[in-house]
Amino acid sequence: MSDLEFFVDPSRCIGCMSCVNACAECDTHRGHAMIHVDFLDREESTATVPFVCMHCENPTCAQVCPADAIKQTEDGVVQSSLKPRCVACSNCVVACPFGIPKVPSRLEQMMKCDMCYDRTSVGKKPMCATVCPSGALAFTLRSTIKSERREVPVNEFIFGRQTVRTKVHMMVPAGTSTISLDVLDHLWVSHKGVPQ
Amino acid sequence: MTPPTLPPPPPEGDPLWRDEFSVYAAEERYVSRRQFAKFLTLTSVGMFVGQVWILAKAWMTPNPTYPVVAIANVADIPVQGVKLFRYPAEHDTAIMVRTDAETFVAYSQKCTHLSCAVFYAPERKRLECPCHEGYFAVDTGRVLQGPPPRPLPRILLRRDGETILAVGVDNHAEG
Repeated sequence: MSDLEFFVDPSRCIGCMSCVNACAECDTHRGHAMIHVDFLDREESTATVPFVCMHCENPTCAQVCPADAIKQTEDGVVQSSLKPRCVACSNCVVACPFGIPKVPSRLEQMMKCDMCYDRTSVGKKPMCATVCPSGALAFTLRSTIKSERREVPVNEFIFGRQTVRTKVHMMVPAGTSTISLDVLDHLWVSHKGVPQ
Repeated sequence: MTPPTLPPPPPEGDPLWRDEFSVYAAEERYVSRRQFAKFLTLTSVGMFVGQVWILAKAWMTPNPTYPVVAIANVADIPVQGVKLFRYPAEHDTAIMVRTDAETFVAYSQKCTHLSCAVFYAPERKRLECPCHEGYFAVDTGRVLQGPPPRPLPRILLRRDGETILAVGVDNHAEG
């Protein structure tokens, strides 16, 4: 296990989709990108944000899996579902607070980012981080990211009552230690503050 | 519209099934197909060796010898009458039946199912076990119905004048 860590900086994402295409090149899931690049508010802005699996310390997707198909390896990487066990029930899709797992209907199996386990487990960068031109996806040492960026890495997210600590870090403005998101806020009030 | 209230938090601590189906790969005790096939093969080999051992033991062991014991006088037992006795040892209960004037048969009284004592039903001409309704033919000892897996062990008799003698046990009696 190397000391390299994954840092995602949404503010640097330019929406070039290089990561998506690099991910889809992989032989284990050729043609299917496991990274999601989402538009934050397409009506108002061109801002995009890349979402890799955050690799939670206590992965909710695995906790809710009724088939015992999702496993976390010793180095903290949460793997895609095991093909012989996954029943494509989509519990993980619903439960993941970050919206990472997908169940492609053609595959009938949950597939998600496994941080290019074949590469990162031997000290190489994941595909998306090797191609990202703007540094929005960085797989590097913590000391390097601290010396090069103004933003600080955060890996603690609060979703209502659930606190989620992750292996992947999100770069946020200095002074922030946790990211708090109450799903209820987003259910009952729109982003413009107008009750729906 | 009021926001919904949160449900009560779940109880603390992991349930037992979470220990057995851990999220963490390092704690997994999953048996792979190959391990299972290996287990089956080794178990089969073990059972085969065990069978060979039992067979070899049976070949090595000399045939048991049985005592010759006087059981009853012919005159004491009426036709369709029954005599209970112990043979070959003190704790081996046995039953003798006079099925007609000249024919005596004797069997171990322990049902081959769960060792209940069988009794003779003269009107149906069979030995019956009351526990699970296992029936045996009185002339051969073979199983007529019910759960007993084997015929009753037959006790070999010999008539010496007016005396009936038990001379041996046939464990492989078959109707």
